Amino acid sequence: MAKKVLVLGEVRDGELRNVSYEAVAAAKEIAEGGEIVSVLCGESVSGLADNLIHYGADRVLVIEDEKLKTYTTDGYAQALLQVIDQEDPEGIVFGHTAMGKDLSPRLAAKLGSGLVSDVTGIENTGGNLIYTRPIYSGKAFEKKIITDGISFVTIRPNNIAALEKDESRSGDVTNIDVSIKDLRTIVKEIVRKTTDGVDLSEAKIIVAGGRGVKSAEGFGPLEELAEVLGAAVGASRGACDAEYCDYGLQIGQTGKVVTPDLYIACGISGAIQHLAGMSNSKIIVAINKDPEANIFNIADYGIVGDLFEVVPKLTEEFKKVLV
Amino acid sequence: MNIYVILKRTFDTEEKIVIENGKISEDGVEFIINPYDEYAVEEAIKLRDEHGGEVTVVTVGEEESDKQLRTALAMGADKSVLIDDEDVEDGDQFSTAKILAAYFEDKEVDIIIGGNVAIDGASGQVGPRLAELLDIPHVTTITKLEIDGTNVKIERDVEGDVEVIETSLPVLVTAQQGLNEPRYPSLPGIMKAKKKPLEELEIDDLDLDEDEVEGKTRTLEVYLPPEKQAGKVLEGELDDQVKELVSLLRSEAKVI
Ligand SMILES: Cc1cc2nc3c(=O)[nH]c(=O)nc-3n(C[C@H](O)[C@H](O)[C@H](O)COP(=O)(O)OP(=O)(O)OC[C@H]3O[C@@H](n4cnc5c(N)ncnc54)[C@H](O)[C@@H]3O)c2cc1C
Ligand SMILES: Cc1cc2nc3c(=O)[nH]c(=O)nc-3n(C[C@H](O)[C@H](O)[C@H](O)COP(=O)(O)OP(=O)(O)OC[C@H]3O[C@@H](n4cnc5c(N)ncnc54)[C@H](O)[C@@H]3O)c2cc1C
Repeated sequence: MAKKVLVLGEVRDGELRNVSYEAVAAAKEIAEGGEIVSVLCGESVSGLADNLIHYGADRVLVIEDEKLKTYTTDGYAQALLQVIDQEDPEGIVFGHTAMGKDLSPRLAAKLGSGLVSDVTGIENTGGNLIYTRPIYSGKAFEKKIITDGISFVTIRPNNIAALEKDESRSGDVTNIDVSIKDLRTIVKEIVRKTTDGVDLSEAKIIVAGGRGVKSAEGFGPLEELAEVLGAAVGASRGACDAEYCDYGLQIGQTGKVVTPDLYIACGISGAIQHLAGMSNSKIIVAINKDPEANIFNIADYGIVGDLFEVVPKLTEEFKKVLV
Repeated sequence: MNIYVILKRTFDTEEKIVIENGKISEDGVEFIINPYDEYAVEEAIKLRDEHGGEVTVVTVGEEESDKQLRTALAMGADKSVLIDDEDVEDGDQFSTAKILAAYFEDKEVDIIIGGNVAIDGASGQVGPRLAELLDIPHVTTITKLEIDGTNVKIERDVEGDVEVIETSLPVLVTAQQGLNEPRYPSLPGIMKAKKKPLEELEIDDLDLDEDEVEGKTRTLEVYLPPEKQAGKVLEGELDDQVKELVSLLRSEAKVI
């Protein structure tokens, strides 16, 4: 049965995040031929609307309001509740990002709806939509259905493929006004800690360093490799605790959870709390001088050796073949 | 100040997952306080020591969760409440939030502190859902908290960046790594905890019917990911290994 499904487009640094295109693809699966309506909130965001249409949205609602310039729970909740009231959708999809995690449960609670968070796969079996999600830090998976209310879903970046971009697609882009009042939380300041490079949670390739990199400078060769591969740089908590890098790079149980196509672990032992953040990566490469290191137990490919020798050679080799 | 912590009992991080009869087996499993909820307990104790008042730790779960509550009391919390959910089947995050909301309905709350995510169920829904049901603001993944009168200043982690937030009490916040270093229970703390109140409630005591807390989602199946094939550790001269790796990544794994 065709359903109308909303997708919240998430803007970061003036661009749509890739997970928003993946969310459109997820919405298509849920809509079963119904209409996909994307919602864009912020200031001067209407220029991004066409992108959502090229990736599969049928319509885009743009809410430009200075109160939505930075994300606040109350501001976005009020805006979306008005859109939901107006559109009466059967489903709504968010990225499982800081914003999606903060906002979706609040809305689902308000509307008495079921929410399945951190979804990595959606299948339609005889009209039943079944959502797959990792539990116990990726050590197990569960399949869930939503039994009541609007179907709320957040999807994990990098797991549901976006549709092919089709620039010939067209659709309505409508500006709407909402009334936003009484924000109970105010964002005073945003301190950027992350670098401008590739966003860790959405990166297709990650080069990660552990205590084995030995110093902040030790990340240099990893950064060069990442540059050649268009990859993001990540780290173990060991490296963060030793102050070789910022905690913003930490991957693991208490850091970011990532599922890139390729994860290159350099000088990381493979503690269970680190694996919690990356074991569901498609391909894992381990570079470690200790042949007994646990990381080799989950790696697809391993090189036993000194990362300061191996990584630069790898960079050179990739440079040769990627020209 | 009336300080509340919402706490979940979870599998120890190191536990292997075994599935029996379609369910995750709890046989011989060690349980802990969800690691993020330890930060919440620590922060609550620090707030009380600074501003006065009382810390109450609340959990919804099985009877055995009393052990984790005792640990929180031994760390320094004042009171604890165990709401037994064993009578209800087919619950989800909606159910937990609904039960907690019913508990808080007649309480004077200044602040509720939880973890940002439970490492087992891992949805991160319970905190924001509860805040909505109580009609108070929430701030997730906080790394710093300062309270002055009813003014609250918070730093939160947003995917590595830091957001500075101002809000006011009452508020619900969820803890992120970096908020504090949770203390270990001291021996005198453990002795004292034995005499601190641990109230046990049933769903009925909260004037809730079973069907009012029925989940809005249902789990059809739990399963383990396919066992990873033992990986390939390359051999030979380093230069050759590097060449082989690059070629494998391109032709076999097809990720580059
Ligand atoms: C509650 C809790 C939460 C945690 N959360 C996280 C988390 O989110 N993320 C996380 O990563 N950890 C986390 N940890 C910490 C985790 O247990 C490990 O301590 C940490 O992952 C170790 O980091 P590491 O692998 O870099 O360091 P180590 O374990 O010290 O390993 C360093 C590795 O580098 C190798 N090495 C050294 N020199 C070289 C060289 N020149 N070339 C090649 N290899 C070299 C060594 O052989 C070794 O295997 C958590 C722990 C707890 C208790
Ligand atoms: C009546 C009932 C029946 C249930 N039946 C099932 C079932 O059949 N199968 C099943 O898999 N699960 C069942 N559950 C558990 C439920 O699905 C979730 O595990 C629970 O709601 C927590 O969700 P989460 O693990 O995603 O936690 P998150 O939302 O990730 O937790 C975030 C934070 O919320 C707080 N929190 C979470 N859970 C609790 C809690 N229980 N008590 C106090 N604070 C908490 C903690 O501060 C935690 O750090 C049931 C729950 C209830 C109440």
